[in-house]
Amino acid sequence: MLSVKGIEVFYGDLQALRGVSLEVNQGEIVTIVGSNGAGKSTTLMTISGIYKPRRGEIQFHKETIHPYPTAKIVSLGIVQIPEGRQLFPTLTVMENLEMGSQFPKAKQVRKESMEWVFKLFPRLEERKKQLAGTLSGGEQQMLAIGRGLMARPILLMLDEPSLGLSPILVKTIFDIIREINRQGTTILLVEQNVFHSLSLSHRGYVLENGSITMSGTGQDLLKNQHIRQSYLGL
Amino acid sequence: MNLNLILQLALSGFLLGGVYSLIALGLSLIFGVMRVINFAHGEMMVWGMYVAYTILLWTGVDPFFSFLVSAIILFILGYLLQRSVVNRILDFPEAMQVLPLVGMAMVFENSARLIWGPDYISPQSKFALSSISLGPLTIDTPRLMAFSIAILITVLVLVFLKKTDMGKSIRAAADNRLGAFLVGTDVNKVYAVCFGIGTACVGSAGGLLVPIMPLSPYIGAPFTLISFIIVILGGMGSLTGAMVGGFIIGVAESIGPEVITNIFHGLGVDLEFPHTMKQVVSFFILIVILILRPQGLFGGKKR
Ligand SMILES: Nc1ncnc2c1ncn2[C@@H]1O[C@H](COP(=O)(O)OP(=O)(O)O)[C@@H](O)[C@H]1O
Ligand SMILES: [Mg+2]
Repeated sequence: MLSVKGIEVFYGDLQALRGVSLEVNQGEIVTIVGSNGAGKSTTLMTISGIYKPRRGEIQFHKETIHPYPTAKIVSLGIVQIPEGRQLFPTLTVMENLEMGSQFPKAKQVRKESMEWVFKLFPRLEERKKQLAGTLSGGEQQMLAIGRGLMARPILLMLDEPSLGLSPILVKTIFDIIREINRQGTTILLVEQNVFHSLSLSHRGYVLENGSITMSGTGQDLLKNQHIRQSYLGL
Repeated sequence: MNLNLILQLALSGFLLGGVYSLIALGLSLIFGVMRVINFAHGEMMVWGMYVAYTILLWTGVDPFFSFLVSAIILFILGYLLQRSVVNRILDFPEAMQVLPLVGMAMVFENSARLIWGPDYISPQSKFALSSISLGPLTIDTPRLMAFSIAILITVLVLVFLKKTDMGKSIRAAADNRLGAFLVGTDVNKVYAVCFGIGTACVGSAGGLLVPIMPLSPYIGAPFTLISFIIVILGGMGSLTGAMVGGFIIGVAESIGPEVITNIFHGLGVDLEFPHTMKQVVSFFILIVILILRPQGLFGGKKR
């Protein structure tokens, strides 16, 4: 469904991605793990069209998408829930959700989408009139996911959704991700929480210094000696 | 001290303050969303004045109707200016954003001079000389009209921002530009519309001012300055601040010289504080407010 082919991305002279290739198939949960600064966020931002690769190609359903503006990529069904959430703090919870569904196809089903989101996150419904900036960290992460779902994504990309959350909330968020996937949305997950994310993934990639160094099923990667040493401290 | 005179001045300053609020609202909206200061604001207002004046001259339609045309034309000019110039300089350091916009101010000022000539004009509209008396006070009808329409436009702009999808997108893009991109907003279009709304505010204000004050190509710069003062004292980017600030400056400019002259006399100094120096009063208030509240009256929290 999504195929990233040898993309190289630069920040000025600094090369952040050195030929990253990966595939995501319909219905999968795929995780990219890697330490801080490896280039995980850059990869997602490039798929979203925020950064443009200097070399390489990104295809979605065989269509070359990397030259498109982000709005077009979102309307094709590739939606990112970014690191740090990037909510609209002075807009209400409802307004944040509405912002997630602004292109015609998503707007038509806005009401149904909102019911879906409120069913996944009853907390958000209780707080729908509240300004997003006044929510707790966990609620903000729920809102970020909800806002992403409002676009009715085909491929949902999440950048470190568990960052800064308590262990209980981390579990809730991962349960929700699994549930969203079970309902038919393909997931590309970026995580430093290697154990949790690989456990629920079909496949995973290891990104180190801007290159993919390893890939395999979630279970295989969890058993791998290098991963156990470098990322799980075992 | 002549209390009636002061009250009279305060009233007429308050009415003009409504128009100042609208002007400052435009500047504040643009700054709040794009973090760019429209240094061509006053000059664009002058264009709004000339549009309404030209319509009055050609068709006899009063500026209190044709301000709508000023608003539309200035919306288009603002939209195009954002697309062609402002959008390219958004990520520049602030000092480098100043020059292109000051340059645009010169373009607007000098093109107005080319088209409409350099002279001061005081067009006579229907309402120009009528007034309503209210006890000991009189209210100029044109001022009252300008005030009422300015308030109406302000309310409409606020409702637009609050309720419509485009309005919400504008607020969202102001809150978090990256977030807006990622939910699929055409941020460049939203910015251009926002800039257009800001310049439409100042354009319609220009139309409303035609019956109140003489126009010339050169009165733009002082208005840029005054709207800048209003926005700073209200708190950069705060729409409420811009509106309240408009009234403060409107009243202060109007009563300031008279009050200061009275103070001079009270101190036994035989001096008149000239009306032409009313900007000194505005700056004085700005300085006092900034000393007490460096972030401005409503600054610090957004909107
Ligand atoms: N906006 C930026 N400007 C310059 N360098 C950046 C920027 N964003 C990220 N980088 C650099 O690119 C590399 C990859 O960063 P990132 O993709 O954020 O890594 P990760 O998400 O895996 O922690 C790092 O070396 C980081 O310092
Ligand atoms: Mg990251």
